[in-house]
Amino acid sequence: MNAHVFKPDMPPPVKTVGVVAWMRANLFSSWVNTLLTFFAIYLVWLAVPPLLQWAFIDANWTGTTRADCTKEGACWVFVQQRFGQFMYGYYPSDLRWRVDLTVWLGVIGAAPLFIRRFPRKVAYGIGYLLVYPTVAYFLLHGGSFGLSQVPTSQWGGLMLTLVIATVGIAAALPLGILLALGRRSRMPVIKSVSVTFIEFWRGIPLITVLFMSSVMLPLFMPEGMSFDKLLRAMIFVILFESAYIAEVVRGGLQAIPKGQYEAASAMGLGYWRSMGLVILPQALKLVIPGIVNTFIALFKDTSLVIIIGLFDLLNSVRQATADPAWLGMATEGYVFAALVYWIFCFGMSRYSMHLERKLDTGHKR
Amino acid sequence: MSEAIKQPAGPEGIIQMQGVNKWYGQFHVLKDINLNVRQGERIVLCGPSGSGKSTTIRCLNRLEEHQQGRIVVDGVELTNDLKQIEAIRREVGMVFQHFNLFPHLTILENCTLAPMWVRKMPKRKAEEIAMHYLERVRIPEQAHKFPGQLSGGQQQRVAIARALCMKPKIMLFDEPTSALDPEMVKEVLDTMVGLAEDGMTMLCVTHEMGFARTVANRVIFMDKGEIVEQAAPDDFFDRPQSDRTKLFLSQILH
Repeated sequence: MNAHVFKPDMPPPVKTVGVVAWMRANLFSSWVNTLLTFFAIYLVWLAVPPLLQWAFIDANWTGTTRADCTKEGACWVFVQQRFGQFMYGYYPSDLRWRVDLTVWLGVIGAAPLFIRRFPRKVAYGIGYLLVYPTVAYFLLHGGSFGLSQVPTSQWGGLMLTLVIATVGIAAALPLGILLALGRRSRMPVIKSVSVTFIEFWRGIPLITVLFMSSVMLPLFMPEGMSFDKLLRAMIFVILFESAYIAEVVRGGLQAIPKGQYEAASAMGLGYWRSMGLVILPQALKLVIPGIVNTFIALFKDTSLVIIIGLFDLLNSVRQATADPAWLGMATEGYVFAALVYWIFCFGMSRYSMHLERKLDTGHKR
Repeated sequence: MSEAIKQPAGPEGIIQMQGVNKWYGQFHVLKDINLNVRQGERIVLCGPSGSGKSTTIRCLNRLEEHQQGRIVVDGVELTNDLKQIEAIRREVGMVFQHFNLFPHLTILENCTLAPMWVRKMPKRKAEEIAMHYLERVRIPEQAHKFPGQLSGGQQQRVAIARALCMKPKIMLFDEPTSALDPEMVKEVLDTMVGLAEDGMTMLCVTHEMGFARTVANRVIFMDKGEIVEQAAPDDFFDRPQSDRTKLFLSQILH
């Protein structure tokens, strides 16, 4: 009998690796692609230098009034002068430390959740989700513990945007998961309630919902009873977004092979344990892109509260540009607002990609 | 009265199926199945695809619901009562054709999940037991890997270990080697032979006739939802009684 000798592994041919090979393959592979490459370079050359000129080179960075903006480019003095308003709205200046403290507490409190080897992470996370909102509420709203009260009508700027977005995200996710499970339930009542709820909220625009919340709802309320405008907006944002989350999560649930459900029940796990330990961890991981997509949309949709007269980041900017002392600063203001929104959305996007990589155990089954 | 609910699970009948019928819509998949399994018995179910053999064993832990007849497992009758079903599932381990390991958990976590959450075992104890069974199926070194990093044969051995961690009284195997590459069938069958030697009550749906001949006490041949013939392996393979069995055997044993 002959012993079979296996051939050794060889490196790939040199022509297929390196910068030149990459450029030849991706930029200049045919005359059409070469043409397109040059056209794209031309477009970049048209757009980028003037933008840089406006935003940085010719921009005005120092000063206190409009008169200080003598150069042709952007007048960032306006953003500097109104920064406080953009961040805090009409929150009293001497109390703004409470907002800062709330943010810091939130960041520091959440930090252990991102440490890989932190013990009892789940218990800590649940505790954090219960304690932090309470603390944040008392800090921001005040009215007890010797803190003077700041009514929500004075909240504004980025702070208000963040309040609506984080409350919306934190509450819509669990509610959405429950709705998704409900829609797949075998119990007819639960199923039809979930379907009705989801289809109702998905069928109307958020702007309509917010409008109804401020115009119609008071009509149904007993006379003299007032209901906080911000709270109303938040409740409707939560209900609205949870319907979207529910559909995203349902997609994930459907993608889990039937065998996973069977294996979980065959070993004696009940419904909630099967879902919580086996199905949802896999389903949610699958739909991270969809969930984050919904959250990003939610974050940007918070700007719609403008129509019920709340002064979130965008509305604060809009109002500042209407100031006679700063006429003509709309471009700078909106570019700044866009940049802030972009930073948060891009951050969420990157984090979701990081999460996907971290949770990837490599294989489908 | 408690006698009436809890039947004796004596030597004659850890599993009793009496007149079990099942339909999928209009399709009659199980026709009047009567089956008694004694403790420690090793049964192989075979037959053409769609004959109802998988459905039969899946009825034993209520992955499928029967519409007529009585099924008593380990002294507990299967009804719609969730508590009863979960009680039976605790005592019945199952191994699937496609392994069905949980891909988001490590091998060790796959094995400790049910003991910890169903049997309320402390983590350390559960891990000890898991390592014991992983050693038994000869892959303790893979404990901290994820299922996707293992070969099919290794995954199926993990699935067997996972089921054993619940210390079941009965093991159900639903075509455990059908999805494996030919080179990996043997390692899984060897594990099952080892289990049989320890006296585990086993019901096994398989096309591995060599395994049936050497390990089974009884071979059951099913077709079109009925038990056509059942006999000890020697009688079954050498002296089949019905034409249908003869035809089946002539087609699979070339």
